This record gives sequence, C-alpha cells and structure tokens, in this order.
Amino acid sequence: MNLTYIILIIIVVLILWLASSFNSLVRLRNRVKEAWSDIDIQLKRRHDLIPNLVETVKGYAAHEKDVFESVIKARSAAMGAQTVNEKGQAENMLSGALKSLFALAEAYPTLKASENFSKLQDELTDTEDKIQAARRFYNSNVLALNTKVEQFPTNLVASMFGFAKEQFFQLDSAQEKEPVKVQF
Amino acid sequence: MVQTLYTQKDSNVRKTWLLVTTSLVLVIALGWFFSYLLQSTAILYFAIVFAIVTNLIAYWHSDKIALAMSGAHQLQRNDNVELFRIIENLSITAGLPMPRIYLIDSRQINAFATGRDAKHAAIAVTAGALAELNKNELEGVIAHELSHIGNRDILVSTIVVVLAGVIAILADWFFRISFFGGMRSRDDDRGGGNYMMLIGIIFAILAPLAATLIQLAVSRKREYLADASGALLTRYPEGLANALEKIRGDEVSLRMATNATAHLFISSPFKGKQGTSWLAKLFLTHPPLEDRIKILRNMELNQ
Repeated sequence: MNLTYIILIIIVVLILWLASSFNSLVRLRNRVKEAWSDIDIQLKRRHDLIPNLVETVKGYAAHEKDVFESVIKARSAAMGAQTVNEKGQAENMLSGALKSLFALAEAYPTLKASENFSKLQDELTDTEDKIQAARRFYNSNVLALNTKVEQFPTNLVASMFGFAKEQFFQLDSAQEKEPVKVQF
Repeated sequence: MVQTLYTQKDSNVRKTWLLVTTSLVLVIALGWFFSYLLQSTAILYFAIVFAIVTNLIAYWHSDKIALAMSGAHQLQRNDNVELFRIIENLSITAGLPMPRIYLIDSRQINAFATGRDAKHAAIAVTAGALAELNKNELEGVIAHELSHIGNRDILVSTIVVVLAGVIAILADWFFRISFFGGMRSRDDDRGGGNYMMLIGIIFAILAPLAATLIQLAVSRKREYLADASGALLTRYPEGLANALEKIRGDEVSLRMATNATAHLFISSPFKGKQGTSWLAKLFLTHPPLEDRIKILRNMELNQ
C-alpha cells in the first residue's frame, strides 16, 4: 500500500520534471527562431540597399564592370543561402565585394562628394551595425539553448524529443565591439 | 548572470503586487479611521474610490506623469538620428522593442527609463548627457537604462512615482509652504497656523512612509545589476564607468528634480546643497558612484 504511493509520487514528480524541461527547451528554441527572424529582417534591408548603391556608383564609374558584377553575384548568393552557416559565409563574401565598391570612391572624387552615395553608404553602415547587434542577440540565445541541450539531465529530454543544438551565426567583424583605439 | 536576471524579474513582479496592496490597504485604512472619527461614511467611500483610482492611474499613466514631471518632451527619429541608432542597435542586442525617446532640457548629465512593460517603455535623456558624453559613454548609459527595462525594474519604480510620489510631493510642498506661509500668518490668523501645524505633523509621519515605499521598490542592488547587464550589452564596461565619472564631476542641478522621481534616474539628480537636505537624504536610493565605477572597472567579460 505504502509502496504504491511512493511509486505513484515518484512517477508524478518525474512527469512534472519531464514537462517542465520539455517546456523550457521549447521556449529556448522559439527564442532562437525569433532572434533569427530579427537577423533576417536586417539582412533583407542590406540586400535591398545594394541595387540602389550599385546604380549610383555606375553613374560615376561606369566602366568598373568587374566590381559591379562581383557585388551583384555576392548579393544573389547571399539571398540564396539557406543554412545559418551558408548565410554567414555568403554575407562575408558580400562584405568583401562591397569593400572594393567603396574603395572606388577614393578614385572618383565626384562619387565621394555625391550626397546620394554618402547617404546610401551611411544607411548600409547602419544596417551592418544592426546585423551585428541582432547577431549577438541570436548567438546568446543559441548559447542558452545549446547549454540546455548538452547539460545533464535535460540532455536526456532533449535527445528523447529531438531537440538539436543550433548553429552560431558567424560574421567577420573588424569592428567587433572593440573600442576603437586612436593613435597619433 | 541569466539566473539573477530572471530572479530579479520575479522579485519585481512580487514587489509590484505588494506595493499595490499596501497602498490600497493604507489609504482605505486612513479613510476608515477618519470616517470613524468624523462619523461620516462618505469619507470611507471617497477613500476607497481614491485608492482604486490612484492605483489605476499608477498602472496606466505613471510613465507619462513621470515624464511630464521631469519636463521631458518626445523626440522623433529625425531630431537626432545618431541617438536613435544607438538605442535601436542596443535594443536589438537586448532583444527588446524600440522604446520611445524623450529629451529633458537640462545641462545636467542624467537619464532614466520608465513605462509599465517593455512594449510601453520610454527612455529620457538630458541635453547635458547628449552634449557631454561621447558615443561609448552614451551607449553605456543607454544600455543601463535598457537593462532596467529588460529586468522589469521600470514597472515597480514607475508605479511608485504615483503611489508614494503623491505623498512625497505633498510633503515636499508642505515643507516649503509651512516655512514661508507660516511666518506670514503668525500675526493675523492663529487658527490657520494651528491647522497647518496639524497637516505638518501628518506629513512628517507620511514622508518617511513614502520614502520607505520607494526604498522598498528600488533596492540598491538593482542599480548594480543594471550596471552589470548593461556592460554585458555593450561589452564595454569602461564606457559606463567613464560616464559615471563624468556624472560625478557634474555640478549642474536639475530644476525639475523631485523626491518622487529621483529614484528613476541613473544617478541622483540632486547635486550639492540640494542633495544634503534632510528630506533628500531620507529618500536616498542610489548607491555611491565611486562603488559603481570601481565594480565596472574590475569587471571581466568572458563569454
């Protein structure tokens, strides 16, 4: 009689623990998804700015076709990327291509002086800052999920219901929140 | 870190309930006492209605009241794009919706956050802060305020503005009136003077009570916690440390500072003489700047 009660209590406790672990995993996974959609919004904004930028630069430096092509190619590659890893790599490629586009401004003073160009450049920089911000929020959520998926005893629940670790979003970032050191 | 933030959130929700019930019970008890004393049930009904209405106002409108009391006016994105970008980026990093932004026309370096939840939050910055702080320092201050929003500190600290603030402001005013008005009425109206005296005694009891309510709502711990989580947002504790250093050296006084709203600010808006008065000391809610700077400087961000 007593034994059945004890067993019953153990089972109830076990079920409660299972449910709460499961729910916390679901919550963490949803946070990761939500954080990813923040990144997606900013990435889309970045991609939308590029055609305008290319057109503007074309107006001043029409014969630099190679640069335009590499930017356009990198952009469509970035838009076509599927997984988190692919996207990270494609965005890095795009950043490289954009760098050579902005380098043109040094060779074409009229382009550099163009108000439209500097406005687009400013917006793009702002979008890139926002991508970095969204990336950090996403990665901190991934860290929380991955820790939970790996840690004992929640890893048992995770493997039982197929919760997998998520990938971190990696971006090259020269300006990774290191304070800029000014040297004279 | 995560653990402490969540426990902070829970404790803030608990405190809100405690605060609301305490103020309800207190006002209704006062009403009952006076209605018993004066043999009039109308006073009790009035007290009940008054208690409920103040609490409703506290929940829905105290952010607007706090902002209006500080003389803050709302900024649009075009007014200051750089400030908006700083706040947008930090909000994204914190995973919070973009708060409304207000400007306080004062040369003092200060800022506060208010609102009932993250979706209805506002951050107010003084013109002095925008003028004196560089980008890293401003980011540090904004991150501190966003942490208050994220930790749900703002609901409690804003509700208390109305609940305890009503008493604090009345006490504040009374001390001024009794000081100036008392001398004037000494000769011509003795009865009036006595009456004022009675009110004075009542508020002398109520003021510490209001102060206790505010102290209850805003523990010093949460300032340290907001400093820490703010530093985690910017990854650069030195920014906030430098900002606090500048605030410490700042001697401009804030004209709109009151005991009801002082606890909202990142650092006490009372400077010099204003800050050493008996009443201001009673309401002291900010940990010493030296300690906060020292903790920030010793912080190691490994993650």
